[in-house]
Amino acid sequence: MTESSTARAQILARIAASLGRELPAASDPAAYAAIPRDYRSPAHSSDAHAVVDRFAQRLAEYGAGFAHLPHQAALPAAIAAALGARGKSALAVVSGIPSEWLPSGFDFPLADPLTAVELDRIPGILTACSVAIAESGSLVLQSGPRQGLRRHTLVPDYHLCIVLESQLVATVPQAFDRLHPELPTTFISGPSATADIEMTRIQGVHGPRTLDVLLVADRPLA
Amino acid sequence: MTAPRTPGSAPHWNRRDFPDAAREALAAQPPRDDLFHHSQTRKNVRHATDVIQAKRNAVVAELPEWQSLRAAGAAIRAHTLEHLDHYLVQFEANCTRHGGHVHWASDAAEARRLVLQILAPHAPREVIKIKTMTSEEIALNACLEEHGIHPVETDLAELIVQMGADRPSHFVVPALHKSRGQIRDIFAREMHRPDLTDSPQQLAAAARTYLRQKFLSTRVAISGANFLLADTGGVAIVESEGNGRMCLTLPEVLVSIVGIEKVLPRFQDLEVFLQTLPRSATGERMNPYNSIWSGTPVGDGPKEFHVILLDNGRSPILADPESRQTLRCIRCAACLNACPVYHQTGGHAYESVYAGPIGAILTPQLHSMHDAQSLPYASSLCGACYEVCPVQINIPEVLIHLRGKVVEQQQSTLAGSLSLWNIAMKSAAHLMKDGSRLNAAVHLAQTAQKVLVSRNGFIEWLPGMLGGWTKTRDLPALPAESFRDWWRRTRSAHPSAPASSESARD
Repeated sequence: MTESSTARAQILARIAASLGRELPAASDPAAYAAIPRDYRSPAHSSDAHAVVDRFAQRLAEYGAGFAHLPHQAALPAAIAAALGARGKSALAVVSGIPSEWLPSGFDFPLADPLTAVELDRIPGILTACSVAIAESGSLVLQSGPRQGLRRHTLVPDYHLCIVLESQLVATVPQAFDRLHPELPTTFISGPSATADIEMTRIQGVHGPRTLDVLLVADRPLA
Repeated sequence: MTAPRTPGSAPHWNRRDFPDAAREALAAQPPRDDLFHHSQTRKNVRHATDVIQAKRNAVVAELPEWQSLRAAGAAIRAHTLEHLDHYLVQFEANCTRHGGHVHWASDAAEARRLVLQILAPHAPREVIKIKTMTSEEIALNACLEEHGIHPVETDLAELIVQMGADRPSHFVVPALHKSRGQIRDIFAREMHRPDLTDSPQQLAAAARTYLRQKFLSTRVAISGANFLLADTGGVAIVESEGNGRMCLTLPEVLVSIVGIEKVLPRFQDLEVFLQTLPRSATGERMNPYNSIWSGTPVGDGPKEFHVILLDNGRSPILADPESRQTLRCIRCAACLNACPVYHQTGGHAYESVYAGPIGAILTPQLHSMHDAQSLPYASSLCGACYEVCPVQINIPEVLIHLRGKVVEQQQSTLAGSLSLWNIAMKSAAHLMKDGSRLNAAVHLAQTAQKVLVSRNGFIEWLPGMLGGWTKTRDLPALPAESFRDWWRRTRSAHPSAPASSESARD
């Protein structure tokens, strides 16, 4: 037996002994189901306009850029405007981003084959997301089409994220209802930041220092 | 302040009793440091805890379901601890299914050996690290240095602590005892950047530049974890700067050292803790980044992933139903920020990896009550820690419970049983068990105190061991008539009349 497998047996035996039980431990689904979950019916407004307003307000507090577009046809102009404002002539895109979203007059190389060192040299990255959360101003990305891999939204200094209105939810539990539990997942709430120096929130440490979000209508607001 | 240490070396905890360490932290003229530096540290701690507290209170107040979230968090953690072996085995199976390697370490020495074994085939000269309390707990950095591996702390605060050869004083904001000016001096010296000013933006930018190449080139990373997820084999890490994401996704090898209590039954349970942890820890609705992954996802992140499940004194804590709740802790540090004692002393006075109220109950238990026995007394029992705890750990209750254990432990030794304290307490218990004995003692004391009572009616000086009390406070004198005498005098005509009959007669 290796040291680790001896330790495994010892630790499991100690836990069982401390709890006054025999090994092997059994599951207890009834006890788990009895955990109170009344936080799931909160008093928050679920009015769609209020949810959009809250999302916009949270992003503004984080220092992220935000625009709300009436339909997907408005995306190319909005992306062009964002790139203009940030002084970029090109942006890497992850695979799966529809070409009709992208404006002409800019370069949009594919990010997928780039190594981390190469990602460090590109001007920024364009992705979509899985879910966005109004209450916490969060974008949730799960590795896959339109969202790329985890390093894609980490190494470049600028991240432009497209959120469809149908992906925006009010609360954190509502987001968890939609996530795939086993995919690599990143919650992004504003540009990278730190409060380690005198508790002052300083924007921009190791992750992207600039974050822009475009929220796009893809269905009538309820 | 602490004695200087080589940069990168592990923190060394002297394990003095809390009152001695606290006295030094509070002293007007500390022995080993200059006055300015010292009062600066206290000012920094107070400022930082005041700021976090105010932010925390604001974002907690805006959630109407906060108390429900606390109750759910407490219930999930309590349930997990009661079935800890089940959930650990389930985590192991699912993490392995996704390509991860799960190891088990009974104590710190085993965990260090496992890390070295895992690193050996890769022969790294440097590893990058995310802030991890378990690494502090097993003193990993010193061990790595001894074996020729330089650990690079990448969290801004940990980098400040490492470069300053200092000790962390808070487990969310480890360098909160440092001001921007002090940080500027450390960075200017260690990064060879005399051009730096004390602007926080510039200091953060300096860290970004300094670490970027290390992130892109270092092949091995070491982390802790905030949560393990039994149903998916997932690991969850919350952070702010992106240094965590760099360590978790860019290197080829990742080793996560995680306390066995950190497991949650399901991925979905994060919906509770991703609300309560950031609000409690930094007063944010959400911290900038959360990473959740299972094993080694193809093409996305390290090709080799190891989890070391660390016991190191945790499993015996489960045996005591009263103090088991200690292990619910999710390390938000809200109890440190709320604690009036921590507010005054800062974290170093606890001389422990885990400071503050949670450290005062966790540290002695991790050492089976054989060490840090003064920490359960490092509290005024005001209850602020319990009120802010997002998993409802009743810290004051556990503190009192552990004080009882410390006393029992002392009484069990010959020296302890013959100590003045024990004899005094035993005598007091003997007196108080019997009314007539107590009465006789009170009458004796009323006469004896006459020489001690000052003109203001207080006792300002007591002899011997009792002088410990009057050194810093006055003692009210015993009144001329004791309660028992008053009762006898006013109620003797109606021996059985209840006290409330007084008003009925009026």
